Amino acid sequence: MKKILLASALSIVATTSAIADIKVGILHSLSGTMAISETTLKDTMLMLIEQQNAKGGINGEKLVPVVVDPASDWPLFAEKARELLSVEDVDVIFGNWTSVSRKSVLPVIEELNGLLFYPVQYEGEESSKNVFYTGAAPNQQAIPATDYYLEELGVEKFALLGTDYVYPRTTNKILEQYLKDKGISKDDIFVNYTPFGHSDWSKIVSDVVALGADGKKVGVISTINGDANIGFYKELAAAGISADDIPVVAFSVGEEELAGLDTTNLVGHLAAWNYFQSAEGAINANFIETWKTTMGKDRVTNDPMEAHYIGFNMWVNAVKDAGTTDVDAVRAEMYGQKFPNLTGGIAEMLPNHHLTKPVLIGEIQDNGQFDIISQTSEVAGDAWTDFLASSAILKSDWKDLGCGMYNTETKSCVQLKSNY
Amino acid sequence: MRSPHSLMDIKIMHRVLRLFVIIILFTTTAKAQPIFQDLVQSHALNIIKGSVKTAPKVIESIQRFGGKPTNKFLLEWQSKNLWSRRSDGLIFLVKSNDKKKYTLFDLETYDIVGIVKKNEIKQIKPNSGVRGLIGTALVSSQLTSNILANRIASLESLTRNPKRTHLEPLRKAILKESDPKVRSKMERLERLLTMQYDTDTVKRIAAIKSFSNDLGLDVRARLNPILETTLHLSQTPPKAGSYARILDINKTDRLTRTEAYDMIVKQGWATANISPKMKRTAIIKHIKNGRVAGFDIKDLNLETNRNLAYSRLTDSGLVSKDVNDTQIQLALNKTFFYEQYIEPSTQVVITAKNSLASIKTKVSISQGIDLFLDGLSLASIFFLAAIGLAITFGVMGVINMAHGEFIMMGAYTGYLIQQYITNYTLSIIIAIPIAFAVTFTAGVLMERLIIRHLYHRPLETLLATFGVSIALQQLAKNIFGTQARPLTSPDWLGGAWAINDVISISWIRVAIFGLSILFFVMLWFTLNKTRLGLETRAVTQNPRMAASMGINPDKINMLTFGLGSGIAGIAGIAIGLFAKVTSELGSDYIVQSFMTVVVGGVGNIWGTLAGAAMIGFLQKSIEWFNPSNTLAAQTFMIIFIIVFIQFRPRGIIALRGRAAGD
Amino acid sequence: MMKSPLMKFLNRNPSVLIFLLILSVFTILITIGSEAFGFGFISTSLVKILGKTLCFCLVAISMDLVWGYCGILSLGHFAFFGLGGYMIGMWLMYERTRLIVLEAGKNAELPMTVQEIQNSIGSQIFGVVGGSEFPIIWTFSNFLWVQLLLIVFIPGLLALIFGWLAFRSRVTGVYLSILTQAMTLALALYLFQNDSGLRGNNGLSGLQNLPGLEDISQSVISMWFFWGSALALGLGYLFVKLIVESKLGNVIRGIRDNEQRMRFLGYNVEIYKLFIFTFTAIIAAIAGALYYPQAGIINPAELAPIASIYLAVWVAIGGRGRIYGAVIGAGVVSLLSSWLTGGQAPNISLGFIELKWVDWWLVLLGISFVLVTLYAPKGIGGLFDKLTKGARK
Repeated sequence: MKKILLASALSIVATTSAIADIKVGILHSLSGTMAISETTLKDTMLMLIEQQNAKGGINGEKLVPVVVDPASDWPLFAEKARELLSVEDVDVIFGNWTSVSRKSVLPVIEELNGLLFYPVQYEGEESSKNVFYTGAAPNQQAIPATDYYLEELGVEKFALLGTDYVYPRTTNKILEQYLKDKGISKDDIFVNYTPFGHSDWSKIVSDVVALGADGKKVGVISTINGDANIGFYKELAAAGISADDIPVVAFSVGEEELAGLDTTNLVGHLAAWNYFQSAEGAINANFIETWKTTMGKDRVTNDPMEAHYIGFNMWVNAVKDAGTTDVDAVRAEMYGQKFPNLTGGIAEMLPNHHLTKPVLIGEIQDNGQFDIISQTSEVAGDAWTDFLASSAILKSDWKDLGCGMYNTETKSCVQLKSNY
Repeated sequence: MRSPHSLMDIKIMHRVLRLFVIIILFTTTAKAQPIFQDLVQSHALNIIKGSVKTAPKVIESIQRFGGKPTNKFLLEWQSKNLWSRRSDGLIFLVKSNDKKKYTLFDLETYDIVGIVKKNEIKQIKPNSGVRGLIGTALVSSQLTSNILANRIASLESLTRNPKRTHLEPLRKAILKESDPKVRSKMERLERLLTMQYDTDTVKRIAAIKSFSNDLGLDVRARLNPILETTLHLSQTPPKAGSYARILDINKTDRLTRTEAYDMIVKQGWATANISPKMKRTAIIKHIKNGRVAGFDIKDLNLETNRNLAYSRLTDSGLVSKDVNDTQIQLALNKTFFYEQYIEPSTQVVITAKNSLASIKTKVSISQGIDLFLDGLSLASIFFLAAIGLAITFGVMGVINMAHGEFIMMGAYTGYLIQQYITNYTLSIIIAIPIAFAVTFTAGVLMERLIIRHLYHRPLETLLATFGVSIALQQLAKNIFGTQARPLTSPDWLGGAWAINDVISISWIRVAIFGLSILFFVMLWFTLNKTRLGLETRAVTQNPRMAASMGINPDKINMLTFGLGSGIAGIAGIAIGLFAKVTSELGSDYIVQSFMTVVVGGVGNIWGTLAGAAMIGFLQKSIEWFNPSNTLAAQTFMIIFIIVFIQFRPRGIIALRGRAAGD
Repeated sequence: MMKSPLMKFLNRNPSVLIFLLILSVFTILITIGSEAFGFGFISTSLVKILGKTLCFCLVAISMDLVWGYCGILSLGHFAFFGLGGYMIGMWLMYERTRLIVLEAGKNAELPMTVQEIQNSIGSQIFGVVGGSEFPIIWTFSNFLWVQLLLIVFIPGLLALIFGWLAFRSRVTGVYLSILTQAMTLALALYLFQNDSGLRGNNGLSGLQNLPGLEDISQSVISMWFFWGSALALGLGYLFVKLIVESKLGNVIRGIRDNEQRMRFLGYNVEIYKLFIFTFTAIIAAIAGALYYPQAGIINPAELAPIASIYLAVWVAIGGRGRIYGAVIGAGVVSLLSSWLTGGQAPNISLGFIELKWVDWWLVLLGISFVLVTLYAPKGIGGLFDKLTKGARK
């Protein structure tokens, strides 16, 4: 009895101190292998928070960023998330890049009923009550890009090259099934996985070239991650493979990654994203300008930054609508939130915690930027892919069904917590 | 601030300009201008949002217009020079010199229509599929163009995407072609097309035969489709000669048993196999008051009960009958699955088969050579990364965990120098000695400050140098950031040395190979034929004796260590050129480098050479066995090395006697 | 009064009692401060950090035994630590998923067959790596007691085979170090593969949720593990001290100082080394099995060579050849490390440049490591020795 009293007394103290400000947790690696990508997102968040504070915060309260460094160490992500939620009492967390780190954080976020905005394109097959996925699901990036290959470029033979981890594995599994459904035989799909940071690409590139021996047009779908791309593209350029012969479409190569490369020999190869810096429009120009004035003129903007931009603004609006930062209240307000994309059109938060997003395909230019050659209207993100039999029957709807893994065949909720 | 005066000027200028434009417009619009523009505008939507699905129609319609503007229009469309004006959606040819002002040209007369800012117009960007289509459409006219570059470009696009209809224009073009190189290329393409598309079987066979020694990828890409087959099934044996081969369903990998059975079911020759999942659904459908076919549903958690329930449902005619394994096998045995050539001419098929067979043997030999070259290249990279260690660890016996970071320092030096000297060739030439100097100095410093005090405690050296390693790595991160930095090779190292379409190796790898040979010779010479080498060996074998012979062991140790470190710096430039420059560059190679030296045998550089060769070739051969998983190759290679060390603990080339030390 | 051998031993080595006393006081203090059993001024996340640190201390003790006392600088002991984590992780993951599947199956129209349950668990666990089949290595994952035995057995077996191969062919010194490093690298690379059957780069996650105990809050569970880790550390300390002070201890010290001499004296050096190597591997595995349920996730990156090298760093800084030194080294360095890289430590402004701990901590650690090796080879423990000696005088 005494203990309970004491605990509640302490929790009152804790809540009163938290009322003064709204705390925003930022959980991005600032050191280790992922710092290369994640530091940018931390800076983006700080910039967005500063902008919001300049506008007077939310409902008269100031936003206070709480930055921690999980150091690209997956267990540390869980530790830091717990710290953010239970010690720092943050109201929301923006963070993570890799899927492993997300899976590491999930149980903690769900246990403590936190709120996480995850800004990176990922493999889907997950829907947590406590996570909003502002990056692309496979049907918002991989599938449209594959369609582009099939329909526009007439590719008949596919080389799926990826780094050996969950995102490429799951994406390629979905794509394999999708291609088979589209009538591509399994002999015409070549799959290869390489470790993180792989640098010896000559054999793989020559294997890909050799695929063309039966007269079919070959296309490469690359889920190669991080700096392994540099060696890959260098070997590609050295082998003189032009985008007209064997196009390469990448899902993990953005403006940031191209900065480490001389792109003159890569002109015409492709990337699929929901955002490119080269997108025209006043909102984007404004965003880029603010970014460059804050961070320096040679910094570039990229897709996950846009995801944070949308996610943050939607959260701000949801908090305004709810009048509180209480997670459950904010979550209820998130559904149906609309906010303009940087590339034009409107993003909407769906009851499955995913956004509607346009899909853009860009060709690499010699200045390290992308030339947008195709832009679709908004596509609704799908947590469970329609192209795998076991997932096709699943549905996520937190608003009406209150379930992230609802089996439409048996009409029952498979589980409330996520599979991590 | 802008003065009102200059504002006036601009206004006046604008007026003059507009007047000028209007005059031009009036003089030209009287003629054909609107007609072509109208045609283009009628397709505007499909031009602006170009897609392969709509483009052929547009191209055809425009080509039907004929005349001068058509080809030019298509060419400009292809090279992304068309823009549409936002205000009225009119499409213009647009050029800009300074990316500030954009000049609009008329599509037919090429007169200046206006000068606008970027936000008033929108660029039309056809995707590469559409660009390819335009290229193909232009083939017949461009192939005989007066401009050589156009002919080459058009030939290239034809090679990529040839159609039956191109055979005649190509043959005509050959007759006109003056450039011998282009002509021979055209002739080759003509033979390729003849092979596939000509109506005369004799000509085709001749063409196919002419390629039987050719390794070209394009040849195989044309030959293989001739041998393409379709799958058929029948219940009677197919007539002899009417099929390519009969498949043994138990052995073939063209289709699985389930797929084969499904095909039989589709033909109506057998009833469908009911999967456990379908049974489950069927049972659920027939649940009444918690019971199905005499079973309580709680007992249906056993596979056998479910099967029984289902067969009871079958007996009462509620669901369709299931088949069992023997029935499936029976149906499969009764059916013949066979492949038929699409190509009607048997002679063509046989010739193509023979040609392809002879090509295939050559291709496998070439693939073997290519694999060998890959292995050689990997071995030379390992050798380059390890050669510095061969001196510091191999000869001196000092274990330097920061060796990888010296490699990294070399790579960053190369990057830094490229920031100031933009000529890539020159910058590399300058970077090599500077990288050597930088890492030589670092090595000497480390030797004097740390290693000298730990000569008799090798394990401690390992730990201390590891400390240096993490400090240097983090320092590099602090200075250069975690983002990979570009280190670009000069153009003459850019491409690849392609012996044929199978064997090719990038020039940078050839250069690395050359560099490692050079280092090997230099080091061998230094260690065996120079005074320094002699003194080094003396100091390593017995420092006291060496000292009494008048050698200064401190100085020799310092110089040798510096030399080993300096070489690591140069290796860093080479590795950075072909891979990437990051702070983790060194640690990627350190374990492998040590293993190279240990496997090869400590104490002489021949051993390192042998070690690198073994590791490189081994890794490539394991990759060859299991091409879809490079990680497995690395794992097995390390396990192999661990086992190898058990049997030859002193490495491949072991020193005997006192020199071996302990 | 007759004294038992243990009492005699404790009498002879008062340091053991002192250590156990400090450990108990520490444990009681944390318990009093914890959210679950006390006043709550120590947060659950801090309890977890401290619990994990205790596990690090345990593995550091094993490192000290194999390196500080037996002279084998193993740069691969984190492989055993990680394997231990994987072994317990398999059961935790399997059992948790099974309960979820059974729960979900309750709503189904038909009760699930054994095969359906198994398939469902399989697709839940291996869905992330694109599979649904159970690999053979998961055969026993539904038996807790088997997996508990495997924690000892698998890493022990690996150490035994590796050690036997290495010591038999008399690989010593730095060669052995490099070889152990290669071993952990090979294991990590193997586990990184998706086909390894242990979920590749994802590893096993959600390990902090004990199956069947979902209703018990993490603040309680974290204390259970904290106590478990403290107990294991205490026992580990006692056992290692017993070994070190026994005749066996003298022999292995002899091997460290001069292997050849011990061999001439008739000792079967290889067997002794093999025993110590395997024994310490098992301690490391137990530490790992306690660590990962607190960390929540294990993946192959944990087995990367760098982790084992840090282990050597802890022991070296703490002071080799003195068990408490290992404990101090592991505790101080890992806690300091996590505090300084956590972003909470204040930055130091030098006027012209702002020093961020996140950026400079590793540089400092590296340099201090060099300094310790050069000037204080006995580490922090060495300072202790000087102090205690001074006090005795």
